[in-house]
Amino acid sequence: MAATDIAKGQGDGRSAARRRRARSVSGTLLSLALTMLGLLLITFIIGRVMPIDPVLKVVGDRASQAQYDAAYQAMGLDRPLYVQFARYLGDVLTGDFGRSISTGQLVVDDILRVFPATVELATLGTLIGVLIGVPLGVIAAARRGGIVDQVARVVALVGYSMPIFWLGLMGLLVFYGILGWVGGPGRQGIIYDGMIPTVTGLILVDSLIAGDWGAFQDAFSHIILPASLLGYFSLAYISRMTRSFMLEQLSAEYITTARVKGLSERAVIWRHAFRNISIPLVTVIALSFGSLLEGSVLTEIIFSWPGLGQYITKALLSGDMNAVLGGTVVVGTCFVLLNILSDILYRVLDPRSK
Amino acid sequence: MTLLSVRNLRVTFPTRQGTFEAVRGVSFDLGRERLGVVGESGSGKSMTGRAILGLVRPPGRVTADRMELDGQSILNLPERRMRRIRGRRISMVMQDPKFSLNPVMTVGDQIMEAYRLHAGGAKHAARDKALEMLRAVQIRDPERVMAAYPHEVSGGMGQRIMIAMMLAPDPEILIADEPTSALDVSVRTEVLNIMDRLVRDRGMGLIFISHDLNLVAQFCDRVLIMYAGRIVETLAAKDLHQARHPYTQGLLNSLPRLDAPQDRLPVLQRQDAWREGDTITQSLDTEFPGGL
Amino acid sequence: MNQTRRDWLLSDAPQTRAQARWGSLYQGWLTFRGNTLAMLGLIVLVLLIGMAIFAPWLAPQSPFTQDLAGRLQPPSAEHWLGTDALGRDILSRLIHGSRITLFIVGTVALIAPVIGLFIGTVAGFAGGWVDQVLMRITDIFLAFPKLILALAFVAALGASITNAVLALALTAWPPYARLARAETLTIRHADFIAAARLQGAGPLRLLVKHIWPLCVSSLIVRVALDMAGIILSAAGLGFLGLGAQPPMPEWGAMISDGRTYILDFWWVAAMPGIAIFIVSMAFNLLGDGLRDVLDPKGAKE
Repeated sequence: MAATDIAKGQGDGRSAARRRRARSVSGTLLSLALTMLGLLLITFIIGRVMPIDPVLKVVGDRASQAQYDAAYQAMGLDRPLYVQFARYLGDVLTGDFGRSISTGQLVVDDILRVFPATVELATLGTLIGVLIGVPLGVIAAARRGGIVDQVARVVALVGYSMPIFWLGLMGLLVFYGILGWVGGPGRQGIIYDGMIPTVTGLILVDSLIAGDWGAFQDAFSHIILPASLLGYFSLAYISRMTRSFMLEQLSAEYITTARVKGLSERAVIWRHAFRNISIPLVTVIALSFGSLLEGSVLTEIIFSWPGLGQYITKALLSGDMNAVLGGTVVVGTCFVLLNILSDILYRVLDPRSK
Repeated sequence: MTLLSVRNLRVTFPTRQGTFEAVRGVSFDLGRERLGVVGESGSGKSMTGRAILGLVRPPGRVTADRMELDGQSILNLPERRMRRIRGRRISMVMQDPKFSLNPVMTVGDQIMEAYRLHAGGAKHAARDKALEMLRAVQIRDPERVMAAYPHEVSGGMGQRIMIAMMLAPDPEILIADEPTSALDVSVRTEVLNIMDRLVRDRGMGLIFISHDLNLVAQFCDRVLIMYAGRIVETLAAKDLHQARHPYTQGLLNSLPRLDAPQDRLPVLQRQDAWREGDTITQSLDTEFPGGL
Repeated sequence: MNQTRRDWLLSDAPQTRAQARWGSLYQGWLTFRGNTLAMLGLIVLVLLIGMAIFAPWLAPQSPFTQDLAGRLQPPSAEHWLGTDALGRDILSRLIHGSRITLFIVGTVALIAPVIGLFIGTVAGFAGGWVDQVLMRITDIFLAFPKLILALAFVAALGASITNAVLALALTAWPPYARLARAETLTIRHADFIAAARLQGAGPLRLLVKHIWPLCVSSLIVRVALDMAGIILSAAGLGFLGLGAQPPMPEWGAMISDGRTYILDFWWVAAMPGIAIFIVSMAFNLLGDGLRDVLDPKGAKE
């Protein structure tokens, strides 16, 4: 009886999933703390391996040996590694990533300034990915092998195979250089630069708050191309995952039940199957948002977008390790928090986890 | 008197090795009676039930000389018309309530959905009907169960909920596909009795699909024995021990009996000859056994 | 193929282990050959390998010879794909660049799964605290944004091809470890492992002779599917100037070179991008085909 074996397997999987989800909150927090500790340890190690001498960066090339030694000691580099790591932990926990050598500002201030630009871009990209990718995946699964399914397959395949920075360049060439439909690189045109008071740091939102319709249009024409680009990659991933989740649900017994009731195919798909995949989809969307935060590194370079990705890359090329590590920790933290958040949402949304 | 009439039903699936025939020429009539369909897994008994409901998905194909519900053909109807038959006139209860109920919808929503789809009407009327149906399947605290999710109820209760849901739109025929195989032995009889009583009270036709010969003999009026996609024998349940077909005899002999204990039960020796042979039609027109 | 050899390969009752092995390989090949797109991917990759091997003979010109008078020329009969900002022939640079691409992808695809296989099987086989510690480390690496971690690694180690390969391998192994551990857990208590143990096989022998071979096929599928991602990441590092250093004709770096001229001389950036796209597409198609052959369960996604 192969069918019952499969059924049994699913049953075990489900109860295991339930147990996993029923893990206590303290367990989640402990694992969060351990992951963060590991993340900081890795960035710390990377910082120590760096061939650039941090002391020289501070005191300059022409410092005397005495000045150098004083700075060396002041930075705690003479202490054992674990003491240095403990200090680093303490600094990071109090939000102190040191001073950026290239901008001269506190790294934490720099990050607070550039991060909203990245968030704005990634959010809009994810929105595009969800709004197109989810229906595409659902229809592809419902009409398996049909035209929409074929199109979705090609769209995803191209998305998985295309270098994002190259597609960005080509987009800039076509839509900005040739057609002139969108604004060029940067977040705003020159005339609006610095005209909008910063409230949230998200220019689309800030310009609406300021009631400046022209600034909003300008900002929109600048963000739409990079956001669509990120949206395309998000769409490729989300539509694939949606399709495979849907196929799994559509072969479930309760779908037969729904059909036996005499429900229309639309009700079967959206009211029954989709409601079941909406829970794991939350995780997929969170992951996709996280990968756009990261994927924006290359996009930001192409579009001169003043966000975290550009900040990290610039710092990297100028050997500004404080800024690089600070940025890495922030993105890593976002990843971890997104994971936890999707875990929590899972528990809230899934009636089985109560 | 005949609710459903099926002649020469065939279900085929194309595979790489050629077409596979899951059902090969099944014929029977169903009245307001309880008809058992017995066979081992892969004998085509479940597929027969699904073909009647028009649930064989492409690339599977269903053909028949005749498939009529109350004298009207329901063979390969357009999906839109078939939907008005499913649930309202023919319904089905499946094997395991753990999988056949939607895990993220409350029990109440699922029952009301089935009822409102066919009866329409206001939400509170559907709610009253759902509560009534839950009481009919002897659920003691229907208000609480209405708000529960499927994982919060036991297997036996889940199957009673399935029965309530599927009978809410008052269908004429219920197909029960191994309705108790996934349940604990202790609740099987209870669930079967509830189903049996409801089907009798409403004068419905029941197609009871099972691999359990004794169970079917106990609960049905008439039994079809299926092997490799065809019916090899049709019997009144009370005449089961007079079975003539060697497959049926083999099945009966492979069961332990208290009144005739054996040291070692014989293993069923299958013969290729059973796959072929004439389609059973001679016993189709026998009188329905009494009791209804 | 002559009839008797085909029969030998497709025999239902193989006489020797070798025959069974060849037979199943042949069956797999038949399935794979039936997948047109996967075959296309394979052909593209064979051509790419050929191109890398015979690069000096195939390339019409040297990839390094500069000709400032003939810089930024559009595609023409002389320069099929045009010339770059230093007057170098783009086609020749692309042909030579295939060597770098294959080197990076090949090395990463060799290192990362081996690390993952080792960590995953040891964790799954040993269990207990070893498993806990190793999987916790894996989780930490998984929690990191991959590209940014690779960036930070390269920044710390210095920009070069070798370091780019190391950084990519260091960020790519955790999924393989997870996969290998899951496989190990399912076969750890299998009867044939118990049988081998009763024959006196030590843990090392069990691991190397019995567990590793069974993990390999699912790892291969995973590697094939990841290759495209590795190419894209490597090109990304090259684009940022963190991979191959000038004047090496690395495709990502070539795009970066053409970026400045994108609005007027589009071909400088466009051509290497198309090359990257074709190759990673070929790997994706190949991976899909291999998955159908080696992992029929995953094939239906």
